[in-house]
Amino acid sequence: MTAQARPAGEGPPIANGSPGMPTALVGMLLFIASEVMFFGGLFATYFNARASVAPEPWEPPPGGHLDLALAAVLTAILVASSFTMQFGVWAIRRGDTGKLKMWTAITLALGVLFLGGQLYDYSELGFGISDGVFGTVFYTLTGFHGAHVFGGAVGLTIILARTMRGQFSARNHVAVEAVSVYWHFVDVVWIGVFSTIYLLR
Amino acid sequence: MATTTLEPTTGVQRRSWVIDWLTTVDHKKIGILYIVNSFLFFFAAGILALLIRTELAVPGMQFLDQDTFNQAFTMHGTIMLFLFIIPALSGFGNYIVPLMLGAPDMAFPRINALSFWLLPLGGLLIFSGYLFGGAAAEGWTAYSPLTSDRFAPGVGTDLWIIGLTLVGTASILGAVNFITTIFKMRAPGMTLMRMPIFVWTVLVTAVLILLATPVLAAGLIALFIDRNYGGSFFDPAVGGNPVLWQHIFWFFGHPEVYIVILPAMGVVSEVLPVFSRKPLFGYKAFVYATIAIGLLSFSVWAHHMFTTGAVFLPFFSFMTALIAIPTGIKMFNWLGTLWRGKLMLTTPMLFALGFISMFLIGGISGVMLASPPIDFHVQDTYFVVAHLHYVFFGGSVFGVFAATYYWFPKMFGRKLNEPLGKIHFWIHFIGFNLAFFPMHQLGLSGMPRRISDYDPNAGWTILNMVSTVGAFMIAVSIIPFLINVVATFINGEPAGDDPWEGNTLEWATTSPPPAYNFDRLPPIHSERPLFFLTHGHGHAAERPDDLEESEEDDVERRGGMV
Repeated sequence: MTAQARPAGEGPPIANGSPGMPTALVGMLLFIASEVMFFGGLFATYFNARASVAPEPWEPPPGGHLDLALAAVLTAILVASSFTMQFGVWAIRRGDTGKLKMWTAITLALGVLFLGGQLYDYSELGFGISDGVFGTVFYTLTGFHGAHVFGGAVGLTIILARTMRGQFSARNHVAVEAVSVYWHFVDVVWIGVFSTIYLLR
Repeated sequence: MATTTLEPTTGVQRRSWVIDWLTTVDHKKIGILYIVNSFLFFFAAGILALLIRTELAVPGMQFLDQDTFNQAFTMHGTIMLFLFIIPALSGFGNYIVPLMLGAPDMAFPRINALSFWLLPLGGLLIFSGYLFGGAAAEGWTAYSPLTSDRFAPGVGTDLWIIGLTLVGTASILGAVNFITTIFKMRAPGMTLMRMPIFVWTVLVTAVLILLATPVLAAGLIALFIDRNYGGSFFDPAVGGNPVLWQHIFWFFGHPEVYIVILPAMGVVSEVLPVFSRKPLFGYKAFVYATIAIGLLSFSVWAHHMFTTGAVFLPFFSFMTALIAIPTGIKMFNWLGTLWRGKLMLTTPMLFALGFISMFLIGGISGVMLASPPIDFHVQDTYFVVAHLHYVFFGGSVFGVFAATYYWFPKMFGRKLNEPLGKIHFWIHFIGFNLAFFPMHQLGLSGMPRRISDYDPNAGWTILNMVSTVGAFMIAVSIIPFLINVVATFINGEPAGDDPWEGNTLEWATTSPPPAYNFDRLPPIHSERPLFFLTHGHGHAAERPDDLEESEEDDVERRGGMV
């Protein structure tokens, strides 16, 4: 008892000072865990619909089609944006705010390009959300992924604005780390969505 | 005894108390907001229960029509679960968990405020169906195709979906906050295995909320798309599958049962040792049993769906029965704690004992229902209604009241009146059993749930009347409770810092605690740091291994932080 480094009753408690992962990053990772379960639910509806339709072929409703080439380009854009995001994180870990600004701007541009491409894709497909269960699960899965890309883009915009105001440094940039983890998660979900809808035919 | 005096040092801005409560990010004020909000919804949903029981007291349609009756039991179930029990226990978690950990606040105070304020908003949206042509009326489980736009064209079901999505979002954000707080905000010396059991149960509950609620959100969104944008998730005519809803709903819904019961078990595990004057019997076993229940809860959802013929009965039956083992371990923990204890039958203790006995009955009928032959016989009968009320009401709600009487002195500095509390308990306890025990027999003799009328020759009349009398007794028991709360605010007995001679850190600060909770903390060498402080080192000598280990930990932790 007497050997304590700081006996009881001297000064306020040291809470929220524990070493390890920053608190905000823990919160983000937990939130992502819940998002994984959310998309898990949506994927379950997709596979359930596929199983319910069998032995009928699993394909877009008559008059509609899927654009594999465009989807592949969008995939490349989003995967590339994950790399550019990570370059930004590595830059700010070195304290290089100029590079962080550049890479965040590029990531944001790629994200917006992805969203624009997805909307263009929607306009060309020739079927809608109410055209049978294929249309329903296709638009729900890709649409909710798109909404998450939009959320990530909002986060990136905030990061960009805060970078311009000089709020990040090599020691203090937990928001950049948190948004980058979220962005990688959105990218991974897209790889899952793309593989499920376009490759597992 | 650690006492705390804080004086404002710099200019404190004076704000009106309304603004103060509306904008607060203090976990204690948010906790109280949670609890008050939950009790308001409890009274609203309780009135709906009285309407249901009054209609069912005698055969014949008395004063509700069938649609109103459907709305009443749907709203009753939804509001009781999502806006009373879960938020009430979250409220106690909000208030007590940071105190128990020796932390100044939750990890994300502003997110904490957000996750509270989404609740009244979601609850009012769910209720607002009554203003727009009728509330949701498909039961709280909202089975497809009852919820399709064909059978439920009103906007009430859409408001139910939106409100529930908001409440679910609030739960998820709250869960993130609890887990982060528990992993990042513990005071020096508060290792995981020294956390109070209530904190452990809140932790496992938060993990269940984090992983189960998003699945419900996905299902609710699918349902919303089906109803409003011509989707066909649950419409078999165009390739959808109505049973899918049941899978999604119960994949959330069964962990939900443990989300509702685990924190109440935590409350009981705090109350029993204090009023038995003994440590909890088998702390580690209790922790592992809690984790085991959390893990198993994700593998039992389809026991709600035995009669669909679409699930593998042996697996889900076996896994369900398996949950009885960790639950039985907890029963053993509680009985071992009581055994040869110096029992003090205060009101929180009475509610805790009520919890144990009533939850035991609910648990036994639960194991019965895990057996497919019995389940096939009583599916959707009043037997299931009896079972779920023994678990939710006899279990969780008794836990909520135990927590209210136990922590009220900490929250407001005054003890609730004991004689009035005992009157409340006994009317409540007898009324509860009158209301719900006859439902077992009604179910076994074939009375289906969710019916608004029954045949006078069915032989169900007397038991229904008894049940209705019980329901009104429960309502009457709330009157002494409310009088007690008001009288205590006006002229209650001052509580002091530690009225119950508690074990855990919340009793080491003033009642109510100051902003940021502690000016100083006692040393933490066990799961009962305050007992340690009050009763000296005799306790330590009994457990020399623990003590040595703990000092090393402390030095290491502090060294890491300096």
